[in-house]
Amino acid sequence: MDFNATLLILDSTLRLSTPLLLAALAGLYSERAGIFDIGLEGKMLAAAFAAGAGASVTGSAYAGLLLGVLVSVIFGLVHGFASITARGNQIVSGVALNFVAAGATVLLGQAWFRQGGRTPQLSTDQRFLGSEPNFAAELRDIPIVGSIVSELVLGHSLLVYIAFIMVPLTWWVLFRTRFGLRLRAVGENPAAVDTAGISVTVLRYKAVIICGALCGVAGTYLAISQSGGFNNNMTAGKGYIALAALIFAKWKPVPVMFACLLFGFLDAAAIRLQGAELPVIGRVPVQFIQALPYVLTVVLLAGFIGRAEPPRAGGVPYVKER
Amino acid sequence: MADTAAEQRVRAHPAIRLSGISKSFGAVRANRDIDLTVRKSSIHGIVGENGAGKSTLMSILYGFYQADSGTIEVDGKQVSIPHSQAAIDLGIGMVHQHFMLVHNFTVLENIMLGAEGAALLSGGMARARAELKRIEKDYQLEVDPDALTEDLPVGLQQRVEILKALYRGADILILDEPTGVLTPTEADHLFRILQRLREEGKTVILITHKLREIMAVTDTVSVMRQGQIVDTEPTAQTSVEAIAEKMVGRRVLLRVDKKPPRPGPVKLSVRDLTVVDSRKVPMVKNVSLDVRAGEIVGIAGVAGNGQSHLIETIAGIRRPTQGTVEMNGKTLDYDRLDPASLREEGMAHVPEDRHRMGLVLAFEENENAILGYHNSAAFGNGPFLSISAMREHARERIEQYDIRPPDCRLKTANFSGGNQQKIVLAREMERDPDVLLIGQPTRGVDVGAIEFIHRRIVEMRDAGKAILLVSVELDEIRALSDRILVMFDGKIVGERGAEATEGELGLLMAGVTDAESDRPAAPDLSMIDTTPGQAPAETQIPGERP
Repeated sequence: MDFNATLLILDSTLRLSTPLLLAALAGLYSERAGIFDIGLEGKMLAAAFAAGAGASVTGSAYAGLLLGVLVSVIFGLVHGFASITARGNQIVSGVALNFVAAGATVLLGQAWFRQGGRTPQLSTDQRFLGSEPNFAAELRDIPIVGSIVSELVLGHSLLVYIAFIMVPLTWWVLFRTRFGLRLRAVGENPAAVDTAGISVTVLRYKAVIICGALCGVAGTYLAISQSGGFNNNMTAGKGYIALAALIFAKWKPVPVMFACLLFGFLDAAAIRLQGAELPVIGRVPVQFIQALPYVLTVVLLAGFIGRAEPPRAGGVPYVKER
Repeated sequence: MADTAAEQRVRAHPAIRLSGISKSFGAVRANRDIDLTVRKSSIHGIVGENGAGKSTLMSILYGFYQADSGTIEVDGKQVSIPHSQAAIDLGIGMVHQHFMLVHNFTVLENIMLGAEGAALLSGGMARARAELKRIEKDYQLEVDPDALTEDLPVGLQQRVEILKALYRGADILILDEPTGVLTPTEADHLFRILQRLREEGKTVILITHKLREIMAVTDTVSVMRQGQIVDTEPTAQTSVEAIAEKMVGRRVLLRVDKKPPRPGPVKLSVRDLTVVDSRKVPMVKNVSLDVRAGEIVGIAGVAGNGQSHLIETIAGIRRPTQGTVEMNGKTLDYDRLDPASLREEGMAHVPEDRHRMGLVLAFEENENAILGYHNSAAFGNGPFLSISAMREHARERIEQYDIRPPDCRLKTANFSGGNQQKIVLAREMERDPDVLLIGQPTRGVDVGAIEFIHRRIVEMRDAGKAILLVSVELDEIRALSDRILVMFDGKIVGERGAEATEGELGLLMAGVTDAESDRPAAPDLSMIDTTPGQAPAETQIPGERP
């Protein structure tokens, strides 16, 4: 594979890992606070629809982003109400929201736009698209370094940069701020937080709101940055892959980024390898390549990383003991 | 210490005055019309059985619950404590029975949690470090602030809890059952810390069910029974017997009456047993022991030193990695035998944790009374259970073991801890086993029921059963055992007779083996033995652990 082909794969790795990264970081805030969230998928899907519909109705990408985040936060609050206030089962609540999102997006999409559940195709100014700055062309003349910078670093959509800036930011919030200290504590031992005079409920609601907002950005990215509108079930399991990346990375921000990059890379390689001839094996079936990220997920989670220890209070509603 | 005018003014108000405090949970009246005055700079003990309302009362004081009626005064001012933060602001700190620590935080992070100072941690952290140094020096409470909390032994974790309260400026410190997880040596150390706190002007409220601690360390003692305070007296003017009687409401026989043992042939013989847990860590290391017919062999040790793995392995719940177990002269083949077939061979097992292993709490009493024996022909026919036979059987046991309420159809979760334990004991004892393995027979059991359970165990011994007893309550081990083995770090580090003192067993439990303790510099354990009002050595209340 030549240099340029490698660059192209890495470039699309960044783009494909962006929604995973946003969703995984969303899950990180929620799960570090002790609220398991299998509903990343549903929140992303709902946000993608809201963003697609919003951008097409208002004609503004930013309005789409706002709507996407808003809808996703509302989903997050419903999950929060079910698991924090009503002390319900967090898995059931998450799965239910996934179903609601899958059904409601298609239903509303068909009712409003009559395009089989899709939202109308957006024009380029209604989308978040990357634009290369003027000096990019000049950079390209510098051998190797120039093309690396111009291909990989420049020219992405705003949301890609947001996703990758969120990684150090999340690390800083988690380990350098009071909020982060309390967030980590409430996911491990909410009773310790409660007896220290801090409200467990308020903390956990803050966490699900942040989770909703980041999922909203992820969904928006899918609908109006990567594509030109919303498609039926366009998340296609990315929420689950993000969850897998989160577990794979043991709930730590920087490893989460590398896990998402790995899954993104597999996706990019899969697209690239379709129809390619490999030595010895010959032509690889498309289905095999497409299944590769999922197979790898199973292998990694089952054996490679050892025991991933989730936050201790994860999944358990907090009840003051007598 | 000479009383200056200022000090007298400070002492004029009690640290805490509760008047007419009542609290109900549904139909249960946990606290009834409680009046309690706690003097400043004193150590005030509160004793009572499980469910007497001690913890509820302290939770009201710490803002976990609101009283239905009554008033709280702190330092002579009437206050309301709607949440823990209000209690903290009033200078009340609490060390909970189950530590309120985040296991993967450093000591410093745990101490700062909730009192960080600012939105960013860096400044607060430096300040906390300095303040911690000062507190450590004032009270002689050294802990490495950068150590990971889960790596610390429980004694130090408890110290972190105390530091947490002091860091928040607590003047009144409530400790809820603080010694349940400590070795006798660690407990002594804690008492010295509490005395030091009193000298520095702090007020300490100590909740416990261990009467010796009350005698050893408190200035005043209040006894609670059924949600009421039935007595408050200066500790020096009362005795263990008097307090026990007030706790239970009748005279209790604190000593276990037993005849000298008449050991018969070896019934259970363990040789070089090694058990490795799921993380591949050896929990039991080369343990050998014999239990004869007609004797009780007690295994003492701080929880987590391999006792649980040992007893569960003998019972067939875990697989041994190495070594053999013989029963009645026959080697047990653990590859073939499961707990059910071991029962048929004559081994009964009262598991340490009745909720996890001994009972299905959602079942009716009569169903739990046959668990493990449910395939017996006595209770059914082929695949069908005979409900009438089960209930008849359960009614007999209820009568023999005085299980209350006497209702075999009641859900097991609705029985008290002591009665649940009796259900398990009745089931395992009445099958006439040769070997009886008993883990924590009186954990979370009331004084009255303890007396009954201990008598039953001794009766089984006198009937010629071989009994292996595991308990973390040293008093219980000493009261029941004919021989005492001490386990530390998976090994048996010493054997003693029934007459062994608490001090020498305590040293063994802390891992100081015979060879080492021969050296002159043994730790000073004299404090507990020289306290005035100390009970005679054979008087003891082995305890509850809620």
